[in-house]
Amino acid sequence: MSVLIFAELDQGEVKVASLEALYYGANVAQELQTSATALVIGTTSADLASLGQYGVTKVLHVSDEKLNAANALAYASVLAAAVEVEQASVIVIAKSSLGDTLAARSAGKLKAGLVSNVTELPDTSNGFRVKHSIYTGKAFAITEMREGRKILTLKKNVVSPELSQATASVESFSPSIPETDFVAKVIQTEKATGEISLSDADIIVSGGRGMKGPEHWKPLEELAEALHAATGCSKPVSDLDWRPHHEHIGQTGLKVSPNVYIACGISGAIQHLAGVNGSKVIVVINKDPEAPFFKAADYGIVGDVFDILPRLTKAAREQLV
Amino acid sequence: MKILVCLSIVPDTTAKISFTDGDTKLNKTGVQFIAGPYDDYALSRAVDLKEQLGGTVTVLNVGDADGEPIIRKALAVGADDAIRVNAEPRDAYFVAEQIAAIAQRESYDLILMGRESIDFNGGQVHGIVGEMLGLPSYSPVMKLEITGHTAQLTREIEGGKELLEAPLPLVLGCQEPIAEWKIPNMRGIMTARTKPLNVVEPTGQDSLTQATRFELPPAKGAVKMIPAAEAETLITLLRTEAKVL
Repeated sequence: MSVLIFAELDQGEVKVASLEALYYGANVAQELQTSATALVIGTTSADLASLGQYGVTKVLHVSDEKLNAANALAYASVLAAAVEVEQASVIVIAKSSLGDTLAARSAGKLKAGLVSNVTELPDTSNGFRVKHSIYTGKAFAITEMREGRKILTLKKNVVSPELSQATASVESFSPSIPETDFVAKVIQTEKATGEISLSDADIIVSGGRGMKGPEHWKPLEELAEALHAATGCSKPVSDLDWRPHHEHIGQTGLKVSPNVYIACGISGAIQHLAGVNGSKVIVVINKDPEAPFFKAADYGIVGDVFDILPRLTKAAREQLV
Repeated sequence: MKILVCLSIVPDTTAKISFTDGDTKLNKTGVQFIAGPYDDYALSRAVDLKEQLGGTVTVLNVGDADGEPIIRKALAVGADDAIRVNAEPRDAYFVAEQIAAIAQRESYDLILMGRESIDFNGGQVHGIVGEMLGLPSYSPVMKLEITGHTAQLTREIEGGKELLEAPLPLVLGCQEPIAEWKIPNMRGIMTARTKPLNVVEPTGQDSLTQATRFELPPAKGAVKMIPAAEAETLITLLRTEAKVL
């Protein structure tokens, strides 16, 4: 019995959300009085032994260029093989586009119970119960996971890793992967370069219809740059093609849980709130004092975004070095 | 083209969520139920593909009889027939088993559903069904074109998108903008009444997980308003008071 944590790579580096998952998984292992192993898939020059700082004692590394492109089918085959090797009973995966699909395929492959959007350490005092976010953040469920293997996908920002000085042993791992996992041909990949990924971002600056048009996004982007933040938008904005669809935050878009969410010119429809209610601090800037978003906010400013955003950018540049 | 579309039935996106029976059940009073919004996108694309390529669209729901008006609505927008598995959708594995059992009896070229339901937000069913049937599954799919026995699909990835080509049959989790939502017209509503809606009993095992209790998030504290003239103080407050910068 052990805990296996999938550590996702992004351009050769372990993603921040996966580092949180490593720490979370190591804590689960401690509760279950067992060991924690990280699974890294893809080539990397990162110092994988240093993942021991997060509490894992071993890293299984599948260094295969063919797996540098995130292919959930092949990753699930690798993960299932690692589960067998490690005799893992609990598998932890950070939520992401890849993580979600990998978790689903792995649940089918391993006949494992899967709970998504986990927000706390499990209660193992009598069985195995986990708290997780449901109804797009409008509620939580406490779910009992029955006997057998368990997969958890972890929401970002629900644990704060405390690092140790430990190092992990690194073992290379080369499971066989069925050719059928590579049945899809990747024709083209379009990735925004130089942007901070929304799902990884600690700070998000987001715009709504109050930004008045795509040509007015510069002040918002400048604030995001000053804060090292990602940019997001509300559904009407992506529907109008002012911003790309992958920036859409809300019930039918991306659900985010950053440290700070700054909503600019977004009135706060319930569907948008559902996508951001996991944020630690919500700031709302809107010229309409009646905007419903103020009710969900921690800080609010009633005013013109085009006046306020440049002033915030200036203050951020002065104060954050 | 033979397409199966799986529909979840969920509280409306604007529903206020609360619980009853000692926080063990959803309080359904005043809550309107709808087809999962992502599933609606899947259904709309399926109907478009049928119109373009010929074939049939079957709608499948795992749920009780209360959902039948919503299934009829799916028939009204263009599905040909429907199957309701007469069971509470206990967990994703259980639902996937029902879908896989039906798909094993019939062979579908495409099994489409939303990327996730908006109640439990698991996003699990398409992947588990794919594994159970030994078929590739991809999600979230934003664009889908079929030529012969090949699908070209655009899938959202972290910070971008990926164009893939894969042979049918496939299981896909869909999201906007894969199609425009369809609103049933009067003729559709009339014909939907006569389309077959078959009720079958569930198969397979019990669930692997069970939600035992529910909680609402803690109430939000009052918002701290900053006068627009002093907007700059926000950055200081985020640094020193909220300690998030």
